[in-house]
Amino acid sequence: MELTRRQTLALGVATGMTLVLPLPALAAVEEVGGIDDFTGGATPSDSGVTVTAPEIAENGNTVPIAVDAPGAVEIRVYATGNPLPGIATFRFGPLAGSQSASTRVRLSGTQDVVAIAKMADGSFAQASKTVKVTIGGCGG
Amino acid sequence: MAEGVKPRVKVPKTASAGETVTIKTLISHPMESGQRKDKEGNVIPRSIINRFVVDFNGENVIDVVLAPAISTNPYFEFDAKVPESGEFTFTWHDDDGDVYTENKAIEVS
Repeated sequence: MELTRRQTLALGVATGMTLVLPLPALAAVEEVGGIDDFTGGATPSDSGVTVTAPEIAENGNTVPIAVDAPGAVEIRVYATGNPLPGIATFRFGPLAGSQSASTRVRLSGTQDVVAIAKMADGSFAQASKTVKVTIGGCGG
Repeated sequence: MAEGVKPRVKVPKTASAGETVTIKTLISHPMESGQRKDKEGNVIPRSIINRFVVDFNGENVIDVVLAPAISTNPYFEFDAKVPESGEFTFTWHDDDGDVYTENKAIEVS
């Protein structure tokens, strides 16, 4: 098939479009952030939030943890000894059945897992749990 | 896009009005942390799911921000209140801009 000048141009434009379109709209990706960024320097109280984690984790790649803070609007979880301490931020909406959640995390070695909860009145609560890790979960 | 991403969600089929139900979710995803190195010592770039949102009939249940410290195949378990019959919408946001969604209906009897 012989391509006319017009067809060639159209083809060029079409290829250009397909090259541009698949680029995702780059939304700002939210990070968990540091502890001080969250509390703003306020001293958290010791009660109101619980962290559940195993005493000893053989494999640091999947350590089951659970956090629970009745009345919290937001819970942030940190692994203080990881290269990147932030693990996750949980925000609870109006239909949350309880202010608790569980997940599986990576821990690079024996360390404290810290949960900080922001209560509905703006105060903070903190709890931590030491987990002994036999094999670290950061690949190395 | 990460390959073979498959969301799996466990929601009870029925509930009574106002009941709190437990929901379990799992999505297969490598969650490459950006900390690992390949054989040549080059850092394998980060590729994770960075956000997970659950809504019920348009109202928010839970909104999670994930860091690379979340394990491969991110798993979450949480509770939701079910005021009426409707549908849960689960959305996972990938670093590369992909969004994976899953819907589950629940019947209030």
